[in-house]
Amino acid sequence: AKMRGLPKLLSRAKRVRVGFSASEPVLAIQAGILQPDKFTQTFVQLRGLQSSNVISQAPLAAVADTDSGKQLRQELESIVGPGNVSSGESVVLQHGQDEGPHQGKSPDIVVFPSSTEEVSEICKICTKHNIPIIPYGTGTGLEGGISAVDGGVCVNVSKNMNKILQIHQEDFSAVVQPGISREMLNQEVRADGLWFPVDPGADASVCGMCATGASGTNAVRYGTMKENCLNLEVVLADGRIIHTAGIGSRPKKSSAGYNLTSLFLGSEGTLGIITSATVCLHAIPESVAAAVVGFPTVQNAVDTVVMTLQCSVPMARMELLDEVQMKACNEYSGLSYPETPHLFLEFHGSESEVESQTETVRDIAADNEGGEFQWAVQQEDRTKLWTARHRAYYADIALRPGCRSLTTDVCVPVSALPDLVTATKADIAEHGLIGPMVGHVGDGNFHTMLLFDPADPEEFRKCKEVANKMARSAIALGGTCTGEHGVGQGKMVLLEEQFGKDGIDVMRKIKGALDPQQLMNPGKIFSRNCNI
Amino acid sequence: MALKVLVGCKRVIDYAVKIRIKPDKLGVVTEGVKHSMNPFDEIAVEEAMRMKEAKLVNEIIVVSCGPAQAMETIRTALAMGADRGIHVEIPLDQMDTFQPIHVSKVLAKLAEQEKVDIVMLGKLAIDDDSNQTAQMTASLLNWPQGVFASKIDKTDAGLEIIREVDGGLETIRTTLPAVLSADLRLNEPRYATLPNIMKAKKKKVVKMKPADLGVDMAPRIQVVSVEDPPVREAGQTVSDVDDLVAKLKDKGFSSA
Repeated sequence: AKMRGLPKLLSRAKRVRVGFSASEPVLAIQAGILQPDKFTQTFVQLRGLQSSNVISQAPLAAVADTDSGKQLRQELESIVGPGNVSSGESVVLQHGQDEGPHQGKSPDIVVFPSSTEEVSEICKICTKHNIPIIPYGTGTGLEGGISAVDGGVCVNVSKNMNKILQIHQEDFSAVVQPGISREMLNQEVRADGLWFPVDPGADASVCGMCATGASGTNAVRYGTMKENCLNLEVVLADGRIIHTAGIGSRPKKSSAGYNLTSLFLGSEGTLGIITSATVCLHAIPESVAAAVVGFPTVQNAVDTVVMTLQCSVPMARMELLDEVQMKACNEYSGLSYPETPHLFLEFHGSESEVESQTETVRDIAADNEGGEFQWAVQQEDRTKLWTARHRAYYADIALRPGCRSLTTDVCVPVSALPDLVTATKADIAEHGLIGPMVGHVGDGNFHTMLLFDPADPEEFRKCKEVANKMARSAIALGGTCTGEHGVGQGKMVLLEEQFGKDGIDVMRKIKGALDPQQLMNPGKIFSRNCNI
Repeated sequence: MALKVLVGCKRVIDYAVKIRIKPDKLGVVTEGVKHSMNPFDEIAVEEAMRMKEAKLVNEIIVVSCGPAQAMETIRTALAMGADRGIHVEIPLDQMDTFQPIHVSKVLAKLAEQEKVDIVMLGKLAIDDDSNQTAQMTASLLNWPQGVFASKIDKTDAGLEIIREVDGGLETIRTTLPAVLSADLRLNEPRYATLPNIMKAKKKKVVKMKPADLGVDMAPRIQVVSVEDPPVREAGQTVSDVDDLVAKLKDKGFSSA
């Protein structure tokens, strides 16, 4: 057995987090320390590894200073060019850490392909050497989706693949590569009177948004990524390239075959690498108005939302900010809103439509004990009015300088929202935490920013406890543990509870069919080396 | 008494594009590069639109000087709500020597011909940063100028303008007619919407040449060379503070 890479392997094994220790025996076997018994032999076979000579090879062969690491590097360089492969410390560090609270793990090597064909070749090599593949867009995720839990090759598809391939004005669609962010796309189509309405806050890669099934403040009217994606070009783990709706297809609807687009949307890089996305564009509204109104309780605010939806008012944005959030916004942006739950609203349409929509909602709010109804039409005034909502996250972090936020993401039927919010707020108070709340209340989706001191693991544990409790309540109320951020690493257990054993089993079988060696972004959605 | 506004719009390389210098070092690469309306001109058009919506203005004429593609810029302004356009055609090979002095003469002539009350421009174009056209146009017309405007209000006697200057904000009053130039914080321009883009296709655009306005195109300025800023050098890693101090001394940054 080759012992060369052993010290590094052992140190890696020690760094493996609690909950992933199932893989330690596998590592030890593969380093030739343990003799495989019959059970582990089968287990190893299930991982797609074949014979004993493979078992003796260090699985983390991407480790730079080993012979196999150097060979891997050479093979990658021959595909993308030497300037597009890096194992530099700051580069791998950046590519393992997203914007969430979880400590990310660095990949061994980062590659920067310039075409779908290069991505395909990279996957073939990683499959040959049994090395994990982690796709990387803009690193703006919140669930540790890019953390290389097993090391491996990080495939940064946004740096060099950054073109808008097609814009079809009359068909309201565009085809983009992973390097195009949503703000870049909007900048490009603005002149044609079009826009891309999915707005998750961050300036994320459009293809990355497909991978996480992203959503945002406009979902109540314009839908999430799922409603705005027509086709995906995906590279599978073995290098095959597929088009989920058909090669070059972009019809508004199709009944042809299985809905692969839906399958890959939200798959968080665990089934393949998205190398281009065909997305829907919408017409820029003729007129936009913004409004802000406060309420004595969350129930009042939610009742207003429900009645508005029942009146079929085509609201573009309906955001709920609780009193803790309003306080944070007041302090951060120098505003003077009353510290009560507030609704932030936006209306789109022709001038007359916007006027009548605003009147309708103003009346409903008043009927539900709404306070002063502030509204604006002019661009700068609308921006000012929405400042509180736009800066909410930073306002929260400013409540306790130096802290980080565990952001929860449950989504429930709208009618269940007031109860869940009340229960959650009580739970937050009981645990002695600070947790301002912002909600896409039109979708029943809300986020609490649970603040914790990064140097205090006990506080983080409390935040996790509150978050898990909230997710379980949401599932019990007919909702989901994650409305838009994705499962990543943090919600795997919750996923099982939401879908049950058989539901998860079906997902695992699909994973096994597309990624038998379990190389695609290990440790996300499912635990590593799960039963496929 | 409703006013007539002439708004000048320039087609420039889009602000997000990475600029590359031509091999002859006399200009930048423009072929195949994304162009759009000068951002300050968008603000100028928006301000004219707001005056129209406030019923102070009843007609907005947009003018652009440039090659055939300048029509796109005019159409964008029309889609934002301008009423009609004038395209002063400059052949592509004369664009390099077409300078603010020529634009000023064109605008001054058109302002007289169209009998406008306000000439509204962006304070500068983001390609040459000249910041000359509004001032020269005012001088040629012998009209008052309100440049770097961040707020414009109508008074009985004319206009009250707040200008952004180095020391802060300066308020001036002018009579009409006047030449104004828009600064960044004057407003946030609207986006052209599809219905307005469709309407814009039907609005009238007249073509003419500088010669039709009696403007001679001979250049007054010669561009000698265009160069990249110096390439940023790689940094040097130092091992400790003593090393840093020694290196600073070597480079003459420390007298100690």
